Amino acid sequence: MTHLGYLITGWGITLGVLGVYAWRLVRRGRHLSVRVPDAHRRWLDDQGPDGA
Amino acid sequence: MAGRDERRDTTGSRGSRLLGCAGLVGLAVLGVLAFVLTGPDVRIHPTTGEEFGQLDAVRMLYLHVPMAVLMYVSYLLCAVASVGVLVKRTPWWDVMAHSAAEVGTVLCGLVLVTGSIWGRPVWNTWWEWGDVRLMTTLVLFLMFAGYLALRRTTGDPRALSRRAAVVALVAVLDIPLVNRSVEWWENRTLHQQSTLGDLKIEDLTLFTLMLGFLVLGMVLAWLLLHRFRVGWLERAALDYSVAAAIIERRAETSDTEAYRAVGDPMPDSQVAKGDQS
Repeated sequence: MTHLGYLITGWGITLGVLGVYAWRLVRRGRHLSVRVPDAHRRWLDDQGPDGA
Repeated sequence: MAGRDERRDTTGSRGSRLLGCAGLVGLAVLGVLAFVLTGPDVRIHPTTGEEFGQLDAVRMLYLHVPMAVLMYVSYLLCAVASVGVLVKRTPWWDVMAHSAAEVGTVLCGLVLVTGSIWGRPVWNTWWEWGDVRLMTTLVLFLMFAGYLALRRTTGDPRALSRRAAVVALVAVLDIPLVNRSVEWWENRTLHQQSTLGDLKIEDLTLFTLMLGFLVLGMVLAWLLLHRFRVGWLERAALDYSVAAAIIERRAETSDTEAYRAVGDPMPDSQVAKGDQS
């Protein structure tokens, strides 16, 4: 396969950045969820928050 | 916290977990299709008979193009939510605008990086300052980086939301320039014109590209959902901390006033508590 280094770098950076960003969101969400009562987390009932 | 169900202390829900699993499986299938089942881009020159084309570098297509389109989607969602901020003035629109801008900026950064990596073997350059599409995309990224920096400043939250909404609405005006630049300035870009509309690409390549749109669309939806919930929780946690501080302050004040009213000296513990505050 030609250009393998470019492909691994491009795909690796993309999946790596998306993975780290997703992991940070989950971690931040866990940290904040402990501090906020369930009433503010309507997704626990599988209904999205819709304060509009 | 003791006694709490840890599964409840997340921004996840049954739907978002399903979406996340589908996205992960989809990424694995996309990887197999992109690297194993689809072939390299090899064409034969009609007169010289020599082979030319992007060869295996074309496999960047399956990530770069869907991410670019989903970046537009994310920023346009931010623009719609920003209109909502200015018209409805509710926290929901504000959190949505902020979330879409952040996720869009992550995608925009990745589009610039993957484009640069793809450009090196195909155009023999990492970056071309004269390329209109590259420059308009860079400007878009910088404007939304400014938007996110503005969101981190302190001040009246409502005024900050409105200012950020105006910045977002100005920034999205760059999207038509990014998208149409290859046609409006076709002599000032290394990018080729869209081949999707003319269906100039092979069946399996087209299928893999469409799968890329679907899979990365699921990833975008998952990221937006979780970023929105984190933003929602941040707002609720801030409200709670302010409310708790007010209640604590009122309690301290009423204790002090009560002791003063009866003419008793305050106990040492109450004095120390008052000094700390």
